[in-house]
Amino acid sequence: MSSATEKKDDVTILFAGDSGDGMQLTGSLFTNTSAQFGNDISTFPNFPAEIRAPQGTVAGVSGFKLRFASMDIFTPGDEVEVMVAMNAAALKANLDQLKVGGTVIANTDGFDKKNLRLAKYNEEANPLLDESLDKFRVIEMDVTKMTRQALVDSGLGTKEIDRCKNMYVLGFLYWMYNRSLDNTEQFIKEKFAKKPEIRDANLRVLKAGYYFGDTNETFTTRYEVKSANLPSGEYRSIMGNQGTALGLIVAAQKAGLNLFYGSYPITPASDILHELARHKEFGVKTFQAEDEIAAICAAIGASYGGSLGVTASSGPGIALKGEAIGLAVMLELPLLIINVQRGGPSTGLPTKTEQSDLLQAMHGRNGEAPLVVIAPSSPSNCFETAIEAARISLEHMVPVMYLSDGFIANGSEPWRFPSAADIDAINPRFADAEKELDNGVYYPYRRDEDLVRSWATPGMKDLQHRVGGLEKDFETGNVSYDPENHERMVRIRKEKVEKIADYIPEQAIGQGDQKGDLLILGWGSTYGAIRTAVRELIAEGHAVSHAQVRYLSPFPKNLGELMEGFDQVLIPEINDGQLIQLINARYNKRALPLNKIKGMPFSAREIKEKAKELLAK
Amino acid sequence: MSTTDTQQLTAKDLATDQDVRWCPGCGDYSILKQMQSTLAEAGIKKEDTVFVSGIGCSSRFPYYMDTYGMHSIHGRATAIASGLKATRPELSVWVITGDGDALSIGGNHLIHALRRNFDVNILLFNNEIYGLTKGQYSPTSPKGQVTKSTPMGSLDHPFNPLALAMGADATFIARSMDRDPKHMRAILQAADAHKGTSLIEVYQNCNVFNDGAFEVFTDKGTKPKHTIFLEEGEPLTFGDGREYGIRMNGMKPEVVKLGDFSKEDLWIHDSSDMGKALILTRMFDDPRKDNALPRPFGVFYQEDRYLYEDAMQGQIDRAKEIKGEGDLDQLIRGGHTWKVA
Repeated sequence: MSSATEKKDDVTILFAGDSGDGMQLTGSLFTNTSAQFGNDISTFPNFPAEIRAPQGTVAGVSGFKLRFASMDIFTPGDEVEVMVAMNAAALKANLDQLKVGGTVIANTDGFDKKNLRLAKYNEEANPLLDESLDKFRVIEMDVTKMTRQALVDSGLGTKEIDRCKNMYVLGFLYWMYNRSLDNTEQFIKEKFAKKPEIRDANLRVLKAGYYFGDTNETFTTRYEVKSANLPSGEYRSIMGNQGTALGLIVAAQKAGLNLFYGSYPITPASDILHELARHKEFGVKTFQAEDEIAAICAAIGASYGGSLGVTASSGPGIALKGEAIGLAVMLELPLLIINVQRGGPSTGLPTKTEQSDLLQAMHGRNGEAPLVVIAPSSPSNCFETAIEAARISLEHMVPVMYLSDGFIANGSEPWRFPSAADIDAINPRFADAEKELDNGVYYPYRRDEDLVRSWATPGMKDLQHRVGGLEKDFETGNVSYDPENHERMVRIRKEKVEKIADYIPEQAIGQGDQKGDLLILGWGSTYGAIRTAVRELIAEGHAVSHAQVRYLSPFPKNLGELMEGFDQVLIPEINDGQLIQLINARYNKRALPLNKIKGMPFSAREIKEKAKELLAK
Repeated sequence: MSTTDTQQLTAKDLATDQDVRWCPGCGDYSILKQMQSTLAEAGIKKEDTVFVSGIGCSSRFPYYMDTYGMHSIHGRATAIASGLKATRPELSVWVITGDGDALSIGGNHLIHALRRNFDVNILLFNNEIYGLTKGQYSPTSPKGQVTKSTPMGSLDHPFNPLALAMGADATFIARSMDRDPKHMRAILQAADAHKGTSLIEVYQNCNVFNDGAFEVFTDKGTKPKHTIFLEEGEPLTFGDGREYGIRMNGMKPEVVKLGDFSKEDLWIHDSSDMGKALILTRMFDDPRKDNALPRPFGVFYQEDRYLYEDAMQGQIDRAKEIKGEGDLDQLIRGGHTWKVA
């Protein structure tokens, strides 16, 4: 049958179902197909902390939000246009995100009495039957029944058949958005190569979903989202944790070092460990330690031995590593500490995002223990930021804290990846006995003009020396309790970090003019939402600019001056105001806060509304 | 190779210019001296040897050895040594720790290091007290010990460190004492020769806060009756004139008098026998008790098991065999890419 095709620039779909319904996979497959088609994409997986939370309940709902567009986009979208609700709980948990006039694709089987009860709907008030969804377009499909019918002669059991349900929905959406099945078919063939009956079942249900759209006369409109006008080149899709892992491998290779990664499993950082463990052909040694403390200590041992030592965790684990981070500060060894932040305090919200560990990164140790703090701003930016973190650590003999978060760690976007040859070499400060021996004595804490000491690793002849957590003599590196020496060393460790400002780029205005009414200053994962908001504000004629701070310690040298170019400075953060404390303590400019602490990223609209409120004053 | 490489080191060559700051009369001096002479004798290369310690009196040790060294943080030396050995398998790595460092704050790292079996030597200086913090009871202090933190006596049932090591599947378990230099050198040599994690418990006297804790085992008058020195393939005998022996009565060790029994009836020491080693570690009676079994010293148990660092490198070699040397561009590209014109 024929159907009209309507053009759209920008669509946000939310796949929502039970955590066992395969919504993450469904979303990822639609993402890959759309990315390969040439759309710009941005995704946001949102799942419960429990692996299989009670079936049918709101707590057990897993969602995958995907935005694809024919223009360049930076966030996974504020409002959802199409929501797939595999059951009543999925609808209940996400309905507030659906825009008026949006579409609900409801699996009617998931709205039976039992599911309504589990979702705590009044059993008599099925939202598919009453007027509560009147503001939306509702497409009802009995996905379970149709999947079972499609596989009636497959020989598979009901349980296995029901696992194919998500393919039915995916096939239907491919029809709706005029997408080819090729990419997903290829995926299914590879994934189930060894299980032909499962492979065939998934392929059959995928097509059944597609044909359902094609043959059913109720659906008269298909949509088309043209490919985006992205800069030309070769692209891949990348998730933040993956970008971080790849960046670490590249950094080690560019420094001519082995990579050692000590870590203890924790959400949402574990995927970095998984990714690195797959790449042993690069000499990567991954070590799943007995606890967070052992993980960082093993990394320190590896660094002492001349490897690029890296440890990663999330907030609670970083808290446990605090004392060892202080040791690395004292030892002045290279070390990368990755914190994929999540909602806190304590166990907090393991699967939800937050930016609330910035002050922990800055100050969360005993004593005066300064280190470098750096934050990636998007999934693909994780790659280059991880390399930059390693570069600073190795070239300045200093621990570096890298602050990612759950939002960018699990989010994905298209990435115009670089060629390895275009990435600069990293030059570790290895000691050279010929240069450094002074009358046959090696002074491990002698420094160059940047206050950087040399890296003498075991095996280097005549450079035997002892390091440790006790205060060092400025000259000899021996233990010293001298009061003057201690004050001097505290200042030197601080100055060493501050001097790194000479080796990082000045803060740039990413969008907008150098002067104006309002500067929106962000850090880390708020990049996309701020960028989108500022783009719209500029289009509406406002004098607004955007700067995203990657280097949080030390700050870029021109940061204070840059803020002076604006009447007002707004700092949006997914916390209760942390960067703003650092900025307002250090600079004359009084910045204003915008805080959200709901375990969710900002929407562009939230930032835009706040900006407009300030601009109206 | 320069000529200095081939010159035989002396114990003095391994000393640093730092003043040794342990209390006069501390058992640590003797251990340091035996370590220096053992390593000099073994002909080590100073630059290929690393001492890693935690916190406590014993943990000052690395400052006095002219090798590479790290005086780290409380309890974590085993974890740091694990990362070092994982990445630098060719180094000779020694961990210096104490009863509080290894068994209290660092207990978790110790048991995991033992089961993983890196080729690392762990010297546990056991003085049954916290010395550096001026005299609180430790996890090896006997129940009832009166200390600054336990004026009415300690309530804790103490750890039996070697039984704990057996429980963690350690591959080399030994005990020695600060007052027997010759024995300690022999044990250090055996530990150095062992491929795998060696745990050596050293009874070490803290003459300031817990003087005489092991006197019954070290004093000339009482040592013969209360100690038994294990020698491979030899019967377990002890006493002033070696007139006593240990016999297995079923699964129970018992003291017998030679004459009543012949040497052939006695327990023959076999450090490869895990069952016997388990019993030996349990010969842990309070020596003040009547009929207390003598305390064993020597190598209790020894086993060949794969080294963690070898297995780790093995996986890397295997990955390279299958996939070839890593190609960065291929890594960055990943599986699926697309072109935008």
